[in-house]
Amino acid sequence: MTAVTETRADPIDLGPARIEEPPTGFIWVIKDSWTEATRHLRAVPRNPELLVFATIQPIMFIVLFVYVFRGSVQVPIDYVQYVIPGIFAQTVLFNSAFTGVGVADDLSKGIIDRLRSLPMYPSAVLIGRTVSDIVRNVVTFAVMLAVAFAIGFRFQGTVMGAVAATGLMFLFSYAFSWIQALIGLSVGSVEAANSAGFIWMFPLTFVSSAFVDVSHMVSWLRPFARNNPFTILTNACRALYNGYPAGSDAWVALAWALGITVVFALLTTRKFAQSTSS
Amino acid sequence: MTTSTATDARPAVLAEGLYKAFGETKALDGVDLRVDRAKVVGLLGPNGAGKTTAVKVLTTLIRPDRGRAFIDGIDVVAEPMRAKARIGLTGQYAAVDERLTGFENLEHVGRLFHMPRSEARERGRELLERFDLVESADRVVKGYSGGMRRRLDIAMSLIARPSVLFLDEPTTGLDPRSRQSVWELIEELVRGGTTTLLTTQYLDEADRLADEIVVIDHGRVIARGTSDELKTTLGGDVLEVTVAPDADVERVVAALAGLACGEITVGAVGAVGGTGSTADVHGDKVVVVPVLKVEHMVPVVVRALDAAGVAFSDVAGRQSTLDDVFFAITGHAAEDASDTAETSPKGKSGKAAAKAAKQGKQGKQTEQMTKEAGR
Ligand SMILES: Nc1ncnc2c1ncn2[C@@H]1O[C@H](COP(=O)(O)OP(=O)(O)OP(=O)(O)O)[C@@H](O)[C@H]1O
Ligand SMILES: [Mg+2]
Repeated sequence: MTAVTETRADPIDLGPARIEEPPTGFIWVIKDSWTEATRHLRAVPRNPELLVFATIQPIMFIVLFVYVFRGSVQVPIDYVQYVIPGIFAQTVLFNSAFTGVGVADDLSKGIIDRLRSLPMYPSAVLIGRTVSDIVRNVVTFAVMLAVAFAIGFRFQGTVMGAVAATGLMFLFSYAFSWIQALIGLSVGSVEAANSAGFIWMFPLTFVSSAFVDVSHMVSWLRPFARNNPFTILTNACRALYNGYPAGSDAWVALAWALGITVVFALLTTRKFAQSTSS
Repeated sequence: MTTSTATDARPAVLAEGLYKAFGETKALDGVDLRVDRAKVVGLLGPNGAGKTTAVKVLTTLIRPDRGRAFIDGIDVVAEPMRAKARIGLTGQYAAVDERLTGFENLEHVGRLFHMPRSEARERGRELLERFDLVESADRVVKGYSGGMRRRLDIAMSLIARPSVLFLDEPTTGLDPRSRQSVWELIEELVRGGTTTLLTTQYLDEADRLADEIVVIDHGRVIARGTSDELKTTLGGDVLEVTVAPDADVERVVAALAGLACGEITVGAVGAVGGTGSTADVHGDKVVVVPVLKVEHMVPVVVRALDAAGVAFSDVAGRQSTLDDVFFAITGHAAEDASDTAETSPKGKSGKAAAKAAKQGKQGKQTEQMTKEAGR
């Protein structure tokens, strides 16, 4: 080693502390939530492979279900018209798992520690995350819709009905993303958030009217399958896409979505206030 | 008395009797801390000592079970938002969003401090320049090296010119070169008057950066003072004299008493921390002599031992390590502390493994640093 040449750089003078009290009220929530949402939205085009995987799975499902089960499953209407609303609903709901994975990632990397040390509106982290995840979901849905049309699916009701059905699915998925965020904060690792986020959605979406007629299921499964909120959501969407009356299903599904959102937004916000990397 | 002098007189950080337990583990067991304006306090302790917990309490992330903490006189539990507006936190692991560029990360934090976009960008550019990150400013952080991430991380916690900067193990896991550059960076900040509380496992780091060192172990403060004060009481450097198992240790100690600046301790080889330059002969004893400076001491010791006519197998000098400090204060090496910490009940089993890996890395790093210093 050469002789020590002491090169002292200039001191970094940060200037006087810049202390600003945070804004208050609704502006604060909106501003910080939007700032957080942009953090995730900026990343979406940089990770195209994530979008690709998010679309391949639903395309496979559409193709597999339609061509494998079409001849053997007894349903009251044409199987394509029957099963595609179910696959739409399932896929849109499955995408909520990305929220939990993202939250767990932020938590394990210490990003949540940093965010919680900032004078930001606390649940803006969660609002920004859940809202920005809708964007990825919309892209997946658009691709899925195109594939469904290509294999013969048609909206047989009103445009308003189709819009309402789609909106209902997205509200449900939004509600689920709060559950997933709670899971993400609770499990502490990305891998665990991924498994824990998906595992319960399989029985929920398969033991339902999404792919088969509930009345053909074994008797002990039927009560659950009938009252499963996912069955109610699928029935409502199927009716709206196909242009027959949805009855109370649409309202009950809406109530479920709003109820889950409120309950889990509160629970998740409370959990967030104590969440820190371990 | 005007308001401004009253403000200046308040310590930037004040903590009284902080206590926090996780189940059986007392992470903080009555910690008092004080950081005055434009000063740097180094919180020094081994794995599991409670350093991160202390930082988390002070930065509002964890509520203490007991005790109070103030930032610029603001109670962190009662008014967390006002406290948050005054602090910058660089956590133990670089909290950067890998999907964004360095510049975007900085801008993002600025925006969350509610700076206007233009100001956040301007400050971001300034900091990238100061922190030597201009070339990589527009690259996503995923491709950054550990040292670059750390610098960006520190820059992010400075964007809103915090009143107090918290740095939790700022150089852990960095290679010697990055470590050096982060040290220089912190020194520049310190000379610019940034009030800082930093935690570290390395005595040399605390020595170099901190005005005052607070040593903690098992959630308790076991020593505090300036680096010189600690060195005087604990011995700055260390001389190790290895003797055979049957040697007359009393006479060795007596021969060396005049050279020591503190209490001479005797142990089995390997029981005391350090580089262990002696061959690991079973049963050999090592006499550890604290001295202020190790340079030119080895020949002096050899002559003293020869004059006294005692046999010895080796004499080695080295800079004192955290282990020496611990040994001097508590009578047990720092490893004991981390062992207990690691076997203590813990929620996540992965943590122990991660810690073990980290320790391995650090061990190597310390060795390299010592070698470098010796050259
Ligand atoms: N969330 C938690 N749950 C349970 N135990 C915890 C938790 N956080 C910390 N501990 C325990 O509290 C003690 C102090 O931990 P802390 O992280 O503050 O130590 P540290 O000094 O920062 O150590 P390191 O050098 O490893 O970062 C340790 O025994 C640790 O296992
Ligand atoms: Mg720590």
